[in-house]
Amino acid sequence: MSTIRLSAAEIAEKLAAGEVSSAEVTQDHLDRIAAVDGDVNAFLALDGEGALETARDVDARRAAGETLHPLAGVPIAVKDVVATEGIVTTAGSRILEGWVPPYDAFLTRRLRAAGLPILGKTNMDEFAMGSSTEHSAYGPTHNPWDLDRIPGGSGGGSAAAVGAYEAPLAIGTDTGGSIRQPAAVTGTVGVKPTYGGVSRYGLIALASSLDQAGPVTRSVLDAALLHELIGGHDPLDSTSIDAPVPPVVEAARRADVSGLRIGIVRELGGEGYQAGVRARFDEAVTLLTKAGAEIVEVSCPSFEYALSTYYLILPAEASSNLAKFDAMRYGLRVGPHGVADPSAEQVMAATREAGFGDEVKRRIIIGTYALSSGYYDAYYGSAQKVRTLIAQDFARAFEQVDVLISPTSPTTAFRLGSKLDDPMSMYLQDVATIPANLAGIPGLSLPVGVAEEDGLPVGLQVLAPAMADDRLYNVGAALERLLLEQWGAPLLSKAPELATKEATK
Amino acid sequence: MSDGISRADVAHLANLARIDLSDAELDRLTPELTVILESVAQVAAIASADVPPTSHAVPLSNVFREDVVTPGLTPEQALAGAPAVEQQRFAVPRILGEDA
Amino acid sequence: MTATRTELVPFDAALETYDPAMGLEVHVELNTASKMFCGCSTVFGAEPNTQVCPTCLGLPGALPVVNGKAVESAIRIGLALNCSIAPWSRFARKNYFYPDMPKNFQTSQYDEPIAYDGWTEVTVETDEGPRVFRIDIERAHMEEDTGKSLHVGGSTGRIHGADHSLVDYNRAGIPLIEVVTKPILGAGKYAPLVARAYVASLRELVKALDVSDARMEQGSMRCDVNLSLAPSGSDVLGTRSETKNVNSLRSVERAVRYEVERHAGILDAGQKVVQETRHWHEDTGVTTSGREKSDAEDYRYFPEPDLVPVAPSDAWVEELRATLPEPPAERRARLQAEWGYSDLEMRDVVGAGAIDLIEATISAGATPTAARKWWLGDLARRANDTATPIDELGVTPTQVAEVQALVDAKRINDKLARQVFDGLVAGEGTPEEIVAARGLEVVSDDGALAAAVDRAIEANPDVADKIRDGKVAAAGALIGAVMKDMRGQADAGRVRELIIEKLS
Repeated sequence: MSTIRLSAAEIAEKLAAGEVSSAEVTQDHLDRIAAVDGDVNAFLALDGEGALETARDVDARRAAGETLHPLAGVPIAVKDVVATEGIVTTAGSRILEGWVPPYDAFLTRRLRAAGLPILGKTNMDEFAMGSSTEHSAYGPTHNPWDLDRIPGGSGGGSAAAVGAYEAPLAIGTDTGGSIRQPAAVTGTVGVKPTYGGVSRYGLIALASSLDQAGPVTRSVLDAALLHELIGGHDPLDSTSIDAPVPPVVEAARRADVSGLRIGIVRELGGEGYQAGVRARFDEAVTLLTKAGAEIVEVSCPSFEYALSTYYLILPAEASSNLAKFDAMRYGLRVGPHGVADPSAEQVMAATREAGFGDEVKRRIIIGTYALSSGYYDAYYGSAQKVRTLIAQDFARAFEQVDVLISPTSPTTAFRLGSKLDDPMSMYLQDVATIPANLAGIPGLSLPVGVAEEDGLPVGLQVLAPAMADDRLYNVGAALERLLLEQWGAPLLSKAPELATKEATK
Repeated sequence: MSDGISRADVAHLANLARIDLSDAELDRLTPELTVILESVAQVAAIASADVPPTSHAVPLSNVFREDVVTPGLTPEQALAGAPAVEQQRFAVPRILGEDA
Repeated sequence: MTATRTELVPFDAALETYDPAMGLEVHVELNTASKMFCGCSTVFGAEPNTQVCPTCLGLPGALPVVNGKAVESAIRIGLALNCSIAPWSRFARKNYFYPDMPKNFQTSQYDEPIAYDGWTEVTVETDEGPRVFRIDIERAHMEEDTGKSLHVGGSTGRIHGADHSLVDYNRAGIPLIEVVTKPILGAGKYAPLVARAYVASLRELVKALDVSDARMEQGSMRCDVNLSLAPSGSDVLGTRSETKNVNSLRSVERAVRYEVERHAGILDAGQKVVQETRHWHEDTGVTTSGREKSDAEDYRYFPEPDLVPVAPSDAWVEELRATLPEPPAERRARLQAEWGYSDLEMRDVVGAGAIDLIEATISAGATPTAARKWWLGDLARRANDTATPIDELGVTPTQVAEVQALVDAKRINDKLARQVFDGLVAGEGTPEEIVAARGLEVVSDDGALAAAVDRAIEANPDVADKIRDGKVAAAGALIGAVMKDMRGQADAGRVRELIIEKLS
C-alpha cells in the first residue's frame, strides 16, 4: 500500500519499526508527483535521484544500527526560494532560470544532516511576491481542491504539494502570510515561527525584516517535528535568536486548552470576510470554549494600517534585495534591442526588464519611490513607526490573553486569474496574516472545515507572543483533535480525488 | 504627494531601479502605482513624531563574528553561474565610466 | 559645460583673492584577517576570485555578519581622533548599481556613524616657524570595499574606451573606515601642506594603532579631496569639487594646489564652479572632470535589515581606550625632550620616518646622538639612494647599536663603520662577523702606528716644523697621511697623540 496518505509522524514510526524503507516511501511520493503534478504544477524542479540516494543512505544507516533523527528518511519538498546546492533554485523568476546555487541554506543543511530526502523545489510567486502563485514565471500552481482555483501564495507550491499528497512535509517562507494563507486555502497546516526562530541564511530575500521560513504539513504534530528540526540559532544570520527552540513538539502532544485565555481580534474578522469563513471560525471558537478555554475579545486599532505599512516596508526592502539580480555574476543576461555595443548599465536594465515579471517590477518601483530622497520620511520612515504601534497593540493584547485567533484569510481560494488585474484586492488576501510579520510574532494556520457556499477549505490562524511558538502548537493540536473527533477523518480526505496519470519511470 | 505619481516619475524610478520599462508598461503602471501609493500614504497620518521606529521586530544588538578566516567558494564555484568568464574573472559589458 | 579650458591662476595670486576651504575623506582599509561581513581572507594580491564566498559575492540568500575586530578597530580610531563613540549605531544600505559592487548596495553607515565629533592637530612649517592647525573630525564610520575591475580593450587600460571589463571580487567586502573632516578653514596658503600633514598624521596614527597597513601605493589608504574657494573674508563656502583617489602624500599636496589654481581661474573668469567628481592624474599632476552630481544620484539609504545595531557598552569603550598608544604628537614631544634633540633635528627624524628606529636603537644601548647620526646620516642616504624604505634596508636598530659599541670601544672608526653597514646590507652576518671577515678592525699596535707616523713626518717636513712651532692644528694633515697609509684602519685619536708626542 502506498505511504502517501500517512502523516510524517506515521511514516517516521513505520521507518523506525522497519515496516517500510525510506526508498519505498520516497519512491511512492515520486510516483505520486509523476501522476498528479502535471495538473497541479506544485514542483518547479525534481531531484528524484538525489532523493532516492539520500533514502537509500538512510536505510543503510538504519540497518547498521545508527541512531537517526526522528524524521530521517521522511521525504520533503522545499520552496524554490531556498538555496539548495546542486539543485536549480529560481525563486519562481525568469531572471534566475537555471541557477544552481554553490551552497546550501542553513535549513537545507539541517534537512540533509537529518537525512530527509529532498524531492524537489516547489512553485511560488516570483520572489515570493503574491498571494496566488500566479506570479510564478513558470505557470501557476493549481489548488488540489479545485484545479481552477489558486493554491494561495506565495508558497502555493508547497501547500499544494502537501495537500495533493506529493510530499508529507514541505518548507515554506512567510513574509506577509505566504505559509499561512496557502495552508488555509488548501486545507493544510502552515506555521510562521517567531522572526529569527529559523535562520534566513540561504533564503532568497524578499523583505529581510519580515521573511521567516517554516513548516508546511498536513498535521500540527508534523509541523512541530519539522519546526524543531529547522529552528534554532545560526551564527550566519545576525537576526537569528540565540535561544533554544521553544518546546513545540511537546506542546503539540499536550494539546490542552483548558484554562487558556484566547483572544479574538475584533479588527480581524467581520466585514470583508466571506460568510463561510466566518461560520467555520465561529464554530471553532465554540469548540475551544467547550474544551475549557476562556474567550476574550481584544482590540488592536492599529491593525487598520498594517496592510499599508506592509506595502511600504516590503517593497522598500525588496527593491534593495533584488538589486543584486543584474546580469553580472549569475542568472539571465540579455542585451537591449538594437544596441550594438551595450554598456553594463544598459544590459542590467534590459535584463531586469526581461527577467522580472509585472508584480516584481511594480513592487520594485514602489519601493524605490518609498526610499527616494524627499519621500523616505513620509513613506518608509512612517511605516517603521506604524510597525511600532502594531507591536504595541499585540503587546497589550497579550497582557490579557495567551494566544489570539482569527480567520487566516478573508476568503476561500478564488479562481485563477480573477484578481490579477487588481493588485489591491490581491493584497487584501493577507490582511489578517500581515500583522504577525510586522511584529515578528509566530502564527499557525490549520483547517477548520469547508465553506458551505463553495465547499472549499477555511483556515484558522493562531498567534502567540514572540518566542512562545509552543503555544501555537498546543492550541492548534487541541483544536485539530476536537475537529477530528467531529469529522471522523482529516479534512483533506474530503477533497476530490485528483486524476492520476500512469507513473512512467 | 497625494496628487499621485506621474508617468515621468515612474520612468525616473525605473531608471533608478535599472529596469528598462516599455512605453506600454509605463502607461499601465502609472495609474496602478497611483492607486497603491494613495492607499499606503495613510501611514504618514498616524506616524506621529513621538513614535519610535521599529526596524527589527525582535530587538538584538552587538551580533559579531570572530575575526577568523573561514573557507569560502573555489573560483570554479564562484564563477559557475556567471554569464561570461575570462581570466578567472567575471566578464561584464563595458562600464559607463567614472574614470575619464 | 565644465569650465576645463579656463586658465589656471598661479597659486600665490589665487590666495590673494580667495580663501580655500578643504574637506578630506580618507578611506582606511583595516588589516583584519577576514572581511567586514564574512570569513573570507583579506590578503592582498591573491589570484582573482579566490577569496570569495556567497556573502561577498552577493549570491541570492547569503547574509552578512559584522566582524567584531573591525568594530573594535573603528572605535579605537575614533577614540584616537578624540571622537565621541555612538552608544548605538546602525549600518545602512547605500543603493546604487555598479558592476564591482556585488549586491548593488554598499553596506555602510549613513546617519549613525560609530564615531563622531573629534579633532586632531597637525604641525606645519610656516614662514613664521612651526604652526599647529586643528583639524575637526566630522565622523569615522565603517563600510565595505568594492571589487576591482580590469578594463579590457581600448588603448589605455582605462575604463573609457574599453570593450568590456573583468571583475575580481577578492577586495569586495574588505572593511574600510572612512574618516571625514569638517571643513578646514583658515589654512590659507598653507592649505596644501595642512592637507598633506593631516593625511600623514592619520597614516601614522592608524599604523601606531596597528589597525591598518596604510599603504597608499597599494590602495589600502585612499584620499578624496573636497575643495572650494570663497572670496577672502567671506564666511560663505563656495561650490566644491571632489577629487577622488589621491593616493600619495605628495599628490594630496599637489591636488589641493591644483584645485585652488583651477577654481581661481574659473571664478576670475566670472564662471561658476561645477559641483562634480574629479579624477587626479598622478602622472600629469592635473585633475579632470568625472561625472557631474545629478538628481540621479539618489542612494536611497535605509537601515540595513540584515544586521542589528552596534551598541558598544561604556565598559568596552573604556577598555579599548586603555589600549590606545600614546598619541603621536605627545610621543614626539616626550621623546624629543628625553633625547635632547633640537626642533630641527626632531623634525628631520620624523620626516625620515626614523622615530621608531631611533627609539629602538637607543634602547639597544646607543646614545641619542649616535642613533640619530647613523639613521639620519649614512642609513638615510642609503635608503634614499636605493629608494628603499628606511626600515627595510636590512639594518636593524640592534645592529646599529652594536656598530656604535664597536666605535665606542675604538675597535673601528666611523669610516670603517660604514663598511660594516655595507656588510649588513649585503647580509654578511653580525657586525662582529663582518669586522672579522672584512678585516676592518683598527690597528692599535703602537709599533706599527709609530712607524707610520715617522713615515708621515719624514714625508711632510714643513708640516712637522709647524707643529714643532706649536701650531697643533696642523696635525690634521699628518693624521690624514697616517690614515691613508694605514688604509683607514687606525684610531685617529691615538695617531694624533703619537704625532704630538714625537714633535713636542
